[in-house]
Amino acid sequence: MATYTAKDFKSDQEVRWCPGCGDHAVLAALTRALANVSGALDIDKERFVVVSGIGCSSRLPYYVDTYGFHSIHGRATPISTGIKVANPDLSVWQACGDGDALAIGGNHFIHAIRRNIDINIILFNNRIYGLTKGQYSPTSKFGTITKTSPYGTVEEPFNPGSLVLGAKGTFFARSLDSELKLNEEIMVAAGLHEGTSVFEVLTNCVIFNDGTHKDISDREVRADRTIVLRHGEKMIFGKNRDKGIMLDGLGLKVVTIGENGITEDDILTHDAHMEHIGIHLMLADMKGPDFPVALGVIRDVKAVTYATAVREQVEAVTAKSRIKCVDDLLRSGATWEVK
Amino acid sequence: MEHKVIDVGDVVIRFAGDSGDGMQLTGTLFADMSAIYGNGLSTFPDYPAEIRAPHGTVSGVSGFQVHIGSSKMNTPGDFCDMLVAMNPAALKANARWLKRTALVLIDTDSFDDANLQKAGFKGNPVEELKIEDRVIVPAAITSLTAESLKDSGLDQKSIAKCKNMFALGMACFIYSRPLDYVYTYLEKKFSKKHPEMIAPNRKVLDDGFNYAANIQAIPNTYSIEPADLPKGLYRNITGNQATAWGLLAASEKSGLPLFCGSYPITPATGILEELAIYKNLGARTVQAEDEIAGICTAIGAAFAGNLAVTTTSGPGLSLKSEALGLAVMTELPLVVVDVQRAGPSTGIPTKTEQTDLNQVLYGRNGECPLAVVAAHSPADCFDAAFNAAKIAVEHMTPVVLLTEGFLGNGSEPWLIPSMSDYPAIVPPYAEGEGPFHPFERDAETLARKWAVPGMKGFEHRVGGLEKNHRGVISSDPENHELMVAERAEKVERIAACIPDLKLDGPAKGKLLVVGWGGTYGHILSAVSELRAEGRDISFAHFDFISPLPKNTAEVFAGFEKILVCELNCGHFANWLRSKMPSCDIRSFGKVQGQPFLVQEITGAIKREL
Repeated sequence: MATYTAKDFKSDQEVRWCPGCGDHAVLAALTRALANVSGALDIDKERFVVVSGIGCSSRLPYYVDTYGFHSIHGRATPISTGIKVANPDLSVWQACGDGDALAIGGNHFIHAIRRNIDINIILFNNRIYGLTKGQYSPTSKFGTITKTSPYGTVEEPFNPGSLVLGAKGTFFARSLDSELKLNEEIMVAAGLHEGTSVFEVLTNCVIFNDGTHKDISDREVRADRTIVLRHGEKMIFGKNRDKGIMLDGLGLKVVTIGENGITEDDILTHDAHMEHIGIHLMLADMKGPDFPVALGVIRDVKAVTYATAVREQVEAVTAKSRIKCVDDLLRSGATWEVK
Repeated sequence: MEHKVIDVGDVVIRFAGDSGDGMQLTGTLFADMSAIYGNGLSTFPDYPAEIRAPHGTVSGVSGFQVHIGSSKMNTPGDFCDMLVAMNPAALKANARWLKRTALVLIDTDSFDDANLQKAGFKGNPVEELKIEDRVIVPAAITSLTAESLKDSGLDQKSIAKCKNMFALGMACFIYSRPLDYVYTYLEKKFSKKHPEMIAPNRKVLDDGFNYAANIQAIPNTYSIEPADLPKGLYRNITGNQATAWGLLAASEKSGLPLFCGSYPITPATGILEELAIYKNLGARTVQAEDEIAGICTAIGAAFAGNLAVTTTSGPGLSLKSEALGLAVMTELPLVVVDVQRAGPSTGIPTKTEQTDLNQVLYGRNGECPLAVVAAHSPADCFDAAFNAAKIAVEHMTPVVLLTEGFLGNGSEPWLIPSMSDYPAIVPPYAEGEGPFHPFERDAETLARKWAVPGMKGFEHRVGGLEKNHRGVISSDPENHELMVAERAEKVERIAACIPDLKLDGPAKGKLLVVGWGGTYGHILSAVSELRAEGRDISFAHFDFISPLPKNTAEVFAGFEKILVCELNCGHFANWLRSKMPSCDIRSFGKVQGQPFLVQEITGAIKREL
């Protein structure tokens, strides 16, 4: 039985993120979660691999004491895919940013999800290019002023959640960088999920995009402007735990418990295991001022994973075939003898 | 008219028609049955990029050339002894390849006004093409096929599809081919899905054969005796198939599961398709979302301990450049197969060239050397792929294997080897205790050690950032220069593990003819022809491009001039000049999307003598 603590997963490398960067907290949650997952799945430390692309958050593999691969911009996803298909017994974790995963690596991102490769993608979304010193990203809000958009961007951002669900993702969760406990809980759920898990962490870039998530992350407003979803629990939120989500025709609405005869029984119960993406998409798309932003595991459904299907095919074909080695292969089919 | 059966040493036959006429299949069948009959052979499929190009047009003509003979055939032949032309466009596109004595079999049914016009003829095509002196054998192949199958119950479309069998039957009569192989083939092809098509195809084949025997238009028939080949078990193999099988062989010999991450691209797709079949030999294939994902999945698989491969052609290789640099930097074993085609950009996708060599040698950012090997014939792709994998694994480096459309799609008979004749491939796994330093090197080869996830105590990180020997990120100026030098030296030292350059001919002389890759057969034929004329020429062909065999400079020193023949504008000649600046290295290039003709090479050699 594997018994590790978070400390075992911390490497001896100096962490080089800016002081106050949101990535520090994500790393702390990850090392705790890996210790937890190694115990739950009985995986020794040497069977963990952490992969990344390029960007601030992609430095993460150096800070985790496992096998690690810091690759090239946008390509963490296919590298993780190759690792997992080559050896399905490995637990593969991937760190990538919003530019890395959704701009240059956008194609790989949706295809990994479509294939349901059993990898765990942690998407650090700070809505900015940090390492290149402050250009807008595919998740920057419309009108964001940056060095490459001095008059404001003129393009709509991606919502990573709807992208994942549109690609029929089997796991999507969201949280804020500072929610250490919730993040550990989500990462453990992601680690136990079979298939591609995408965990969007809304991170703060203190240098180039400070406060980008402030409208929901500030302590005074967080309880009212976010909702933590947990499977099987009522969708209740608010400082006074008196607000809830209800169905309203074909959509959702926010209601106050105790007003207009509404009781807790009227509030929706979160079902992360529902196969249809409809309600998960509505939850992932919720935003202010009318709705709280959904945090927690929004979707977690079962489906066949790619590497398992590949392995099963290899085993099935091997068992059936008369060609057992290359010598057999070379002599198969039409041959003739020169005497 | 009396039929005479004439013994000939070799013949070249070209089957040509619309791209939907089944000419590739007809040619392949003719080649396969000749191989089984015991002839030496070489094939050259020459087809358009469009799947069904505009009907009846010259650009839509699909051709398949087969060279069969009573000895080993080195090339598909420059000019043909027989052309089967299923329509006027096929005649027009191929008339230039006819020998003076050639026989031309034409389907007269397709020589109607509409088709003549589509092919751009104004009057009699034979006169316009000035081929009146050839033996023209007109046969109403389409209507004879329809007549043959009038009671078969098949619809018109299915009947029309059988006409290639009529042409094949006629060719089989003319060249004394036994039909048994085609019968077996038809049984196998149709038994599962379309058993109703076996009998009609067979009947049309027989009727074509008998028709040729009965008409009085064919002056002679020919017999091509089996070749005096080394004893043993043979099979026919295409270059793409041989490449895939060579990789499977390397997987078996190294004990590493084979992983191939690729994106479909002409003319390399056949390798991915072939590997996808052999799951029974442990091969895992990922058809990636793009070329970049193809190589990146392979790099991931290499990190995870597989024998990793990605296959592509020129434009795909361009897309893979950055990731190839990552493989150089992380020093992971990786085989990249580039089946070259005519470029730049999309170029002429189905036509052959050797124009990717510069890209492979130089086309990456930074100081980024890697190993490059090349295959010289379709069957040699097996050994070349095996060697590429052995170098990649034992020297911990990406290796590019260059083949060509001409090799990938071409085929030849192959004396089946035994795997016991191939060497072991030994992965340099990390061993021992203590902290693992991923970029510490073997004293002899400079290869680093390979630690694969799952190996306890060897946890480490690799990546695209420069590192020191211990695997720690470093932007130290001296360290960077040291690592650059070591990575280059590692590739150079591969030379100690590859065979010497073989010299064919005297070690001293006026001229050494040099080639690499798929031009081997053509250069060999040219050199042999000139030697038969009494000229003194030596020939050396390179299977290893980077590094060069260690005796290269020594071999070159014996000659006044070196003539490099290649299907590009002098890439290899320039590479050799950069390595041996004092040699007089001349270049003879061709970039027409076509293989050399032997006569082009003999001409070039004569000009240098």
